[in-house]
Amino acid sequence: MSWANAAVQGVLLGGLFALFATGLSLSFGVMRFVNLAHGDLAILGAYLAVSTTSALDVNPFVSLLVVVPVMAAGGYVLQRLVFDRTMGPDPLPAILVTFGLGVVIQNALLERYSADSRGLDAGSIETRSIRLTDGIAVGWLPLLTLATAVAVLVALQGMLSWTRSGRAFRATADDPDTARLMGIDDRSVHGRVMAISFATVALAGVFLGVRGTFGPAEGPAVLLFGFEAVVIGGLGSLWGTLVGGIVLGLAQALGNQVDVRYDLLSGVLYGHLLFLVVLAFRPQGLFGRRERA
Amino acid sequence: MTTLLDVSGLSAGYGAFQALFGVDLRVDEGETVAVIGANGAGKSTLLRTLAGLVPATGGTVRFAGGDLLAVPAHRRVAEGIALVPEGRRLFASLTAEENLLVGAHSRRAGPWTVARVLGVLPLIEPLLGRPADVLSGGERQAVAIGRALMSNPRLMLWDEASLGLAPVVVRRLYEALPGVIEGGTTVLIVEQDISQALAVSDRVVCLLEGRVSLVGAPAALDREAITAAYFGRVTGAPELRP
Repeated sequence: MSWANAAVQGVLLGGLFALFATGLSLSFGVMRFVNLAHGDLAILGAYLAVSTTSALDVNPFVSLLVVVPVMAAGGYVLQRLVFDRTMGPDPLPAILVTFGLGVVIQNALLERYSADSRGLDAGSIETRSIRLTDGIAVGWLPLLTLATAVAVLVALQGMLSWTRSGRAFRATADDPDTARLMGIDDRSVHGRVMAISFATVALAGVFLGVRGTFGPAEGPAVLLFGFEAVVIGGLGSLWGTLVGGIVLGLAQALGNQVDVRYDLLSGVLYGHLLFLVVLAFRPQGLFGRRERA
Repeated sequence: MTTLLDVSGLSAGYGAFQALFGVDLRVDEGETVAVIGANGAGKSTLLRTLAGLVPATGGTVRFAGGDLLAVPAHRRVAEGIALVPEGRRLFASLTAEENLLVGAHSRRAGPWTVARVLGVLPLIEPLLGRPADVLSGGERQAVAIGRALMSNPRLMLWDEASLGLAPVVVRRLYEALPGVIEGGTTVLIVEQDISQALAVSDRVVCLLEGRVSLVGAPAALDREAITAAYFGRVTGAPELRP
């Protein structure tokens, strides 16, 4: 694989990472809420698509019409009934509760679907590609994934910038007490943010399932890639999340090119190294603002 | 005149610390009432309790005839109460214009629009596109007042109106007051500057250690009575009761 092709594949892979990271970025940006179950929720979304495609005999992308609303509703209910009670100046309760939720999801999936790897069959789109040059081909599926990530992030940024709800989200992120004085129900805002977070991670989970295979225990790896994309891009910055995902994808793809002697996991190592470099030299991320003292 | 706000025996505090002890207060529709008192007298706590940010531990508050204490903080703005908080507390990542628009989140009907706010507070106009966190103290106070007005309040609670501001800025802000009242808004101001409070208000309420120590129209109050109510018992002056 040529360097140019590796770079193109890295950018496309970054679309998937950006999708994983969108919900994390939004929930941290608005609520300072760290959801350790985020990766397991992506896997849950993929398994929900498995059940939906099998029950309704539809394409995985059509199953999104069921999976995304169901996950969004689950996110809203979980936020209002569980996560809201963990929020406060101490981040530990939220971390413990979402860690526990992740364990529950993994074991429930293991019980319901067994430990066997699964995949989602989306038909010929998985293998079709556009040949750009002799050495570079762009797969339709990775291209669709990246386009979806960009569309989701543009839509979310537009909502935050230009709508009444978006202003309420940002006001709540700045100062929930004062937001309440404006008539904004901060608990309702938190519920809606978590609904969006769950919806985007379900979307990412279905793309993950179409791209390859997945098992009940793969959530933590997904969480790690999502966190790395968010931190590289800058905490709470949606554009940063997109760039962070792409930079992480590039690091992994180019890492594979460097370490072609070993195995495909060597690229993942280069992604982790890049993450550590960003954390060491620019802890606020590429697009993040340094916290004021 | 119709009574808009009727506070009776209001007690409130922060955990084990009680800040208000049975406060009685009445504000009529169209009035401007100033609350004065030394630091720690309970002025800001009174306004924060009325806005719903501090829970009341006793007493009753009737607003436009309804039980205000039963209404959660985020619904009080829809009832017609807006707070200009101490320290302004603008939303730092939003522009001045977006701060004004967030003020209208409750969609309460009334005369206040961005254009009308700019009419009474013209100093905001050149600031509209600027992020709130780069504004000066006076500019922030003006935007905070505008943001409160955008909710079309029947009662505006204005906390620490002149704290930390240059006299010229304070004068410009108070120049907006007639326009605010003309818009149908009643104003309850917490003001540490006694002469300013006497100049702008129809009635003055003085708090001392969480209790009302004096109530009266500015013209009817003499300097000694105010001093005694403000600082407590003063040698040679009688202890004053409301």
